[in-house]
Amino acid sequence: MWRRPFPWLIVGAALLYALVPYFTDDVQLRESLLLAAVYIILASNLNLMIGYAGYVNFGNIVFFGLGGYICLYLVNDFQWPLILAALLGGVAVSALALLFGLGILRLRGAFFALATIGVNAAIQQIVTNFEPWGGATGIYLALDAYGSLGGPMQALWTTYLLIVALTAASLLASYAIRNSKFGLGLIAIGQNEDAAAVLGVPTPLYKALIYSASAFLPAMAGGLYFFKSGIIEPTGAFNLQTSIEAIVMVMLGGSGTILGPTLGAFLYEELRGYLLIAEPFSHFQLVIAGTLLLIIVLFAPGGLLGFVHRLWPRTRRWLE
Amino acid sequence: MTALLSVIGLGKKFGGLQAVQGLDLTLNEGEILGLIGPNGAGKSTVFNLINGVFPPDAGRIVLEGKDITGEPPYRVARHGLARAHQIVQPLLGLSVLDNCTVGACFGRENLPLHRARDVAREVAESVGLGDRLDMLASSLTTAGKKRLELARALSARPRVLLLDEVLSGLNPTETEGMIRTVRRIRDGGVAILMIEHIMRAIMSLSDRIVVLNLGRKLAEGTPQEVASNPAVITAYLGEPQLMAAAENPG
Repeated sequence: MWRRPFPWLIVGAALLYALVPYFTDDVQLRESLLLAAVYIILASNLNLMIGYAGYVNFGNIVFFGLGGYICLYLVNDFQWPLILAALLGGVAVSALALLFGLGILRLRGAFFALATIGVNAAIQQIVTNFEPWGGATGIYLALDAYGSLGGPMQALWTTYLLIVALTAASLLASYAIRNSKFGLGLIAIGQNEDAAAVLGVPTPLYKALIYSASAFLPAMAGGLYFFKSGIIEPTGAFNLQTSIEAIVMVMLGGSGTILGPTLGAFLYEELRGYLLIAEPFSHFQLVIAGTLLLIIVLFAPGGLLGFVHRLWPRTRRWLE
Repeated sequence: MTALLSVIGLGKKFGGLQAVQGLDLTLNEGEILGLIGPNGAGKSTVFNLINGVFPPDAGRIVLEGKDITGEPPYRVARHGLARAHQIVQPLLGLSVLDNCTVGACFGRENLPLHRARDVAREVAESVGLGDRLDMLASSLTTAGKKRLELARALSARPRVLLLDEVLSGLNPTETEGMIRTVRRIRDGGVAILMIEHIMRAIMSLSDRIVVLNLGRKLAEGTPQEVASNPAVITAYLGEPQLMAAAENPG
């Protein structure tokens, strides 16, 4: 894998992404880049389901929210170090997704999509009524939780760097999967699941594995993100709107590619930021997102990257 | 001769319809066994039962001494049984080479990706797709897609190959080419069970033929025996091809 230039490109870009706000000491830039990085993590991992296996996971935000809850609970109530708590959140959510996946991935198409919304809604209800996690009010992080990371200011930088690292890991994972036998099997499933099974692809196992894998990094990112926010509560953690926005990002950039969802996430975040600030468009971003999704699905199902690939077929080789 | 694939007392019901009943089949090593019968006789259902698309209600399927009854298609494929569909099922967004690589990766030999790609290239070239390896499957012609269906099944390096009407929709020249390809596959050591409607082709290709009617075995034997069987002629009445093929085999 490391013999090809693409992974090194990812590592280089991530380093640049991490260091620019650090050296310019621009906190506002850091916050905006952090949000974009979180979206890239969500979109890139969602793409493993949508773009590779061909399953639209509408409730993908459940991984992010649940990972956030587990991490904050461990940090707040048991004084776990942040990295360990986020890691355990990732592992636990991944394991849970494997169990769920073996069940709901028997469904296909719209029925699967509905089931994922159901999973998100169910977990949200359970958490809302789960007293150790603060019920409907959620978990407020005690300020001294930042102490071990050298105080709140330093902790924010640390979380930023960790999230950028997760972003790079998401892209590298996407690349590694795409260029593996596992990835070929997944893409075969995405193209024609019945034909893939006849060819010998163990479809139930592969689908459950990718569902589980696509949960790991978003769950860790949820831990870091909500640690940075200092608070987590059910409506914010399991917000279906963010799920839908992640789908728009994947489709906008180009599903099934590695850079596409990244591009989509970054552009969408910028657009959303502008729309939120611009007075006439306040809270208008979902209308734009919906329209955007419609236009892409109807006229450019390959997204931005698909469009570029069609205009210049040579770019397929290096713009993966 | 040893039996590679045995089907014993196979039965399947869809609601009130008995699609297949009490069917026995034996496919020997190095053999081409033709499966013919009027429309709705249950031929494709037999294929679906053998490769695990549906589990049978009754009977057993034994491949190389292993009981594979009721196993899902992906496990049957791993045991060394590959299938080419009547309605081609290419992975449209993948290249010809990638389509075949899927077959090689997940077939009997369960190859790692890079070795699978070599096998896929070799097989695609052997069925005449060597000049179209990087083309998307969606841009192939019907004949090309039929060849791809075959190449993909062969890339699994199967012991038994199920061919479901690989000749339908081909023009006479393409049919001739495909018949030669099927013979070559058999000579390469793969036993073939094939469904075919083009009588001249199946009569000349098959070593033995099983005739199916209304889900039951009507007759079995060499092409000549089957073609002169009065019960078969009755079932096929109105299909003069069979009479012509019987008078002029090959």
